[in-house]
Amino acid sequence: MSAIVNNPASSTRRGAASSSSTAGEVNWAELRKDFPILDQKIHGKPLIYFDNAATSQKPQAVLDALRHYYERDNANVHRGIHELSNRATAAYEAARARTAQFIHARSPEEIVFTRGTTEAINLVAHSWGMANLKSGDVILLTEMEHHSNLVPWQLIAQRTGARVVYVPLRSDENVLDLDRIDALLAGNVKFFSMVHISNSLGTVNPVADLCARARKRGIVTLVDGAQSAGHMPVDVQAIGCDFFAFSGHKICGPTGIGVLYGRQDLLDAMPPYQGGGEMILSVAYDHTEFKKAPHRFEAGTPDISGPVGLHAAMDYLDRIGRDRIWKHDQELAAYAQERLSALNGVRLFGPKTGRAGVVSFLLKDVHAHDVVMLADQAGIALRGGHHCTQPLMHKLGVESTARASFYFYNTREEVDRLVEVIREIQKFFAV
Amino acid sequence: MFDDLSDLYQQVILDHCKKPRNFHEIPGATCSAHGHNPLCGDNLKLFLTIDGDRIQDAAFVGSGCCISKASASLLTESVKGRTREEARQTFDKVREMVTTGKVQDGVGKLAVFAGVYRFPARVKCAILAWHALVAALEDPGKSVTTEDEQT
Repeated sequence: MSAIVNNPASSTRRGAASSSSTAGEVNWAELRKDFPILDQKIHGKPLIYFDNAATSQKPQAVLDALRHYYERDNANVHRGIHELSNRATAAYEAARARTAQFIHARSPEEIVFTRGTTEAINLVAHSWGMANLKSGDVILLTEMEHHSNLVPWQLIAQRTGARVVYVPLRSDENVLDLDRIDALLAGNVKFFSMVHISNSLGTVNPVADLCARARKRGIVTLVDGAQSAGHMPVDVQAIGCDFFAFSGHKICGPTGIGVLYGRQDLLDAMPPYQGGGEMILSVAYDHTEFKKAPHRFEAGTPDISGPVGLHAAMDYLDRIGRDRIWKHDQELAAYAQERLSALNGVRLFGPKTGRAGVVSFLLKDVHAHDVVMLADQAGIALRGGHHCTQPLMHKLGVESTARASFYFYNTREEVDRLVEVIREIQKFFAV
Repeated sequence: MFDDLSDLYQQVILDHCKKPRNFHEIPGATCSAHGHNPLCGDNLKLFLTIDGDRIQDAAFVGSGCCISKASASLLTESVKGRTREEARQTFDKVREMVTTGKVQDGVGKLAVFAGVYRFPARVKCAILAWHALVAALEDPGKSVTTEDEQT
């Protein structure tokens, strides 16, 4: 068969990931059939789902894994002697090992499960930040951070007396001003947290280079991989970051599960984030001994079905091949950029070349929310607003943008349809 | 293509959003208030000149979506010449209308917003200027956001 992933029988199988990225073309249109939700009409028009930067849709393989877990294996983890608890624990820890493989961590002990990217960053900010930051220290961020990699650091700065400083954006190109990096790092920087791919601009930051420059100065680094992990091959050792965070729901997995990768020595030295069951060795009325990482950071009964679903999602993506997905995303974004920039009255945001599958735009004299509302009537799901990057919007001199964000199940025909609908929207609002 | 939206984007609304009336500041206004919808980024400032108990002049500046701009524009036309109490009563009627679709007597042209209730995500856009009006009347200089209230 031509599509390498679309066989529903094989898509329910788990652990078949390694067959990815070999010979053969992917039949992208066939892949859509793995996503039941895409096969529906919205306001009478076929659904075109272009809000993938907010969350991705879920293939049948992930839905099946969740169902199987709750129908056959559900129990609490790490404490039962009985068969179901053994199975649940095995599934939970297998997902951890699979995650380590997915981003090329050195071992599963470097993987902490969280609720999502936001909680992963908050965990580092609170645990590492409170233990290591003091008055006068600098936390370096970039001007294109999502609120989830900005607000936690502001909160920690308030508590510790550290300052937050930003790597500036070159407004003309919508990329980081790399000429400024070394001078900024030469300040009293202790921590450098950066977004891998901007959810508002589609800019891909040179994180390996940035982390290498930081490491030379002994600065600890975190990469927010919310927009990258499911879209491109990710190797945390090649990037050279100390921490890496991403969310399951943006990579075909369920909501409520996220991942924090942390270098083993750093995690081992960090104090607990939350206290409770699961994270302890022994508890007395006046004293507690904690487990080692990663369990030290997983207090209470965790989301168990989440990692199970995430495991299936990672297998699914790697059967396609994240190198292929990345190429598809970039080609679609470049195509959308080309078609939209050919229209009158359309302002595009983001870098001119090399953009990820994110295209933010504004129509002259039409507010982003009106664009999104009318696009919805045509069956197209866009996002309109500040995309949780208010300071960036302010820097760009706008209040909001409309955004189309792509994944591998999107097609050029859908982009054509978007362009057609945008023309109709312009007509609708024409004076 | 957008037939289902004709209730929401009526001609009067499109006209007012493209060519908002009373779209300027009022130097020396009796009172003003700022309205902000943090979800959309809609921002407007409403100015009132009040003589005794009667609103003599009303104007606004700011930016926002079509619905919020048209709503502010029509508000300024609607409240000119009304007393504080009448303006307050109009607010109540508009809020009732955009949340339930029920059009009460005395709303006049504002009835074009009756269709908004079918689009819950846009109710805040339609009501933003009206919240600013109540703030200007009751607590001049105040900033109101759409996140303070249910509507």
